[in-house]
Amino acid sequence: MIASNGPVIPNFGQASSCVLANRTFCWDWARAHWHDTLWPALEQHIELTAIAVGIGFAISFALMFLAHRFNRVVQPIGIVSALLYTVPSLALFQLLVPFTGVTTTTVEVALVAYTLVILFPNMLDGLRSAPPEVLDAARGMGLTRSQILWRVEIPLAVPAIVSGLRIAVISTISIATIAATLLPKGLGYPIFFALQDPQPFKTEIYAAGALAIGLALACDGALVVTRRLLAPWAVRSQS
Amino acid sequence: MSSGAAEIVFDHVTKRYSGRDAAALSELSLDIPAGTFCVLVGPSGGGKTTALKLVNRLISFDEGDIRIDGRSILELSTVELRRGIGYVIQNVGLFPHLTIGENVGTVPKLLGWDKKRIQARTAELLELVGLEEGDAKRYPAQLSGGQRQRVGLARALAADPPVLLMDEPFGALDPITRHRLQQELRRLHKEVAKTVIFVTHDIDEAILMGDRIAILRNGGVLAQYDTPDAILAHPADDFVAEFIGEDRALRRLALHQLGDLELEPLPAASNNLLQASARSTVRNAVSLMLDAGTDSLVVAGDDGNPIGVLPLALATKLLQS
Amino acid sequence: MIVADSFHPGTFVDALRFIGNHPTFLAHKAAEQMELTLAALAIAMLIALPVGIVLGHRHRGANLAIGASIIGRALPSVVLIGAFLTVLGIGFVNNMVALAVLATGPLLTNAYLAIEGVDRDVVEAARGMGMSGAQVLRLVELPLGLPLLFTGIRIAAVTVVATAPIAAVAGGGGLGDVIVNQASYRLSGVLGAAICVMALSAGVWLALLALQRALTPSGIRVGRVPTVGKLVKEEQ
Repeated sequence: MIASNGPVIPNFGQASSCVLANRTFCWDWARAHWHDTLWPALEQHIELTAIAVGIGFAISFALMFLAHRFNRVVQPIGIVSALLYTVPSLALFQLLVPFTGVTTTTVEVALVAYTLVILFPNMLDGLRSAPPEVLDAARGMGLTRSQILWRVEIPLAVPAIVSGLRIAVISTISIATIAATLLPKGLGYPIFFALQDPQPFKTEIYAAGALAIGLALACDGALVVTRRLLAPWAVRSQS
Repeated sequence: MSSGAAEIVFDHVTKRYSGRDAAALSELSLDIPAGTFCVLVGPSGGGKTTALKLVNRLISFDEGDIRIDGRSILELSTVELRRGIGYVIQNVGLFPHLTIGENVGTVPKLLGWDKKRIQARTAELLELVGLEEGDAKRYPAQLSGGQRQRVGLARALAADPPVLLMDEPFGALDPITRHRLQQELRRLHKEVAKTVIFVTHDIDEAILMGDRIAILRNGGVLAQYDTPDAILAHPADDFVAEFIGEDRALRRLALHQLGDLELEPLPAASNNLLQASARSTVRNAVSLMLDAGTDSLVVAGDDGNPIGVLPLALATKLLQS
Repeated sequence: MIVADSFHPGTFVDALRFIGNHPTFLAHKAAEQMELTLAALAIAMLIALPVGIVLGHRHRGANLAIGASIIGRALPSVVLIGAFLTVLGIGFVNNMVALAVLATGPLLTNAYLAIEGVDRDVVEAARGMGMSGAQVLRLVELPLGLPLLFTGIRIAAVTVVATAPIAAVAGGGGLGDVIVNQASYRLSGVLGAAICVMALSAGVWLALLALQRALTPSGIRVGRVPTVGKLVKEEQ
């Protein structure tokens, strides 16, 4: 369901000829509605994504410790993840409504759930990627269990963790567009709004779409750079 | 059972890898007579694996020619050529999705043999390499490293190729398994008489296995090509001398079995003398004598009865020959 | 977070009742959705699998094959559906193309990695015994790459099943029609359809998992336990 209190729709009465003809892309419309439509949507989108990935990362990190300590929690977490993975986002947003209502919280809970599905296995794989001989050597040098974790295993897990973050961020940006089926928020909203029209307004779809893709690619690029800085030894891309 | 062996000739073969200045193989010329067990040995970077892979054209060469029984390998299609060459590599490369029997029967199947013939051949080969009939239904993942290499060998022999290429086949095995397989491969080679080219970086293995040894040095230059005995007796240069080690005299003695020597007759009273089996090597006999502080030793035949005496001086004389 | 205020467990009972009361309607919608899903998946497989397999066999084009799923992930389904709608017009074709594009990424990448990643020693042994390129592919690389190849198909299938409801906003029909139309079907209908979508998606996942198990050569299964983590490493 599309909420009705949306941003300004193109006013065909005083619009340019480009907008009236619904040509491929009308720069004048994009410029005129940057402040009231596109920028707010982008800002909301970044906020939705940042909160979801932030919380998801914190929970995954905690779960990673738990799994490191108690190996038998891995299987149950894995099964729950696998089940969650098959739940379509469109459905999950709706299924959460009875619990948290038509709110941003609902959207965030769903988004966080998806980041967990991606981040946790990647982090655990990363933590387990330390070669056994390296761990033996560390033990042989007299490092304690927590020293080994913090000085050997976690640093070695950094490439995998950042790889997981890359997937999580891109996916969250993508899934957040679907949040617009619940709330008038994010870059999905202008698109859904335009699609309501029998003659969908192309400029709005393309502009919001380009922003979503651009945001995803920019975040991905930033994370690639981050990984290179944090883990200069990992030359080959792991993704 | 053998379809015979083939002569292999390397004729001034040169190989350069793009992007590298130094040649991997420089004007390599080798005549490997049919039925010879030829070992290519040398330090890493000596081009020995390159030389091996040129023969079945997994790598192509730039200059020169390689001929098998007088015919250039370039005249055949790679598929035709490779069907006539058995190939064994260090990590075996068994097909994990096929049973042992199916692995061994791969080439016969490609050649269109009927089921019965493949089955018979597989059973024959498994027995030859010392595996049990029941192993045919197992998967590679269920075998030990040594068993897997036996399967690799059986698979390479499946279509009875006249040539066998072996690239450090025992390199990944533990010493005991390796030693056993070395012995069995020697025995097998006597039985099936193939021309074998065997790559190793281990000079001990080369001396143990080879009828002839080709020592390659950096840049793929042939340093010496001869029998193990000749190489140990007369290393061509300092590189070879260093490579085969300062104990080369002892290694040479290890090539001779006591039973093969012209021993001196038994003395009248030989009760207190040291004894060694006729199957033991001169090297071991010398070690025993040095250890006991004596200068002669009685050699016993397979039945345990003394057949002659080995004086320490005979070992010295052996090295002068 | 005002949970208590908006929590109505009865809503789920209503949703289940909705499913019970409208089985043929929902089945019809589900069938519509599966039709779209299968068409999109078939097209994507026809294009992506051969490309990925050939690239993997030749050990070429790693950047293209792996980049495909990164770019695929960066393309939100909504954007694709919207963009194709403006070109192809509203309806089945537009949605099918958009979904097929989404499925291409995981298919291409996994097909490439499946074939490219086959143990080099095994491939060398196969070539060394005189197999032609096509024989190496058919007898060695494909059977060994099958599990990973199938993982790609499974991920692509679930991606498409899960995304297909969104096509409803662009005239795609299916269960999404109900989910995005609370005005007509009320929350109970929306939830009922969402539950059906979930069941459909899980069903497709499990069916493909079972098929994969059945097709995996038993020699590969011996002594290897797939971790659950690996199964969910990719995302929708």
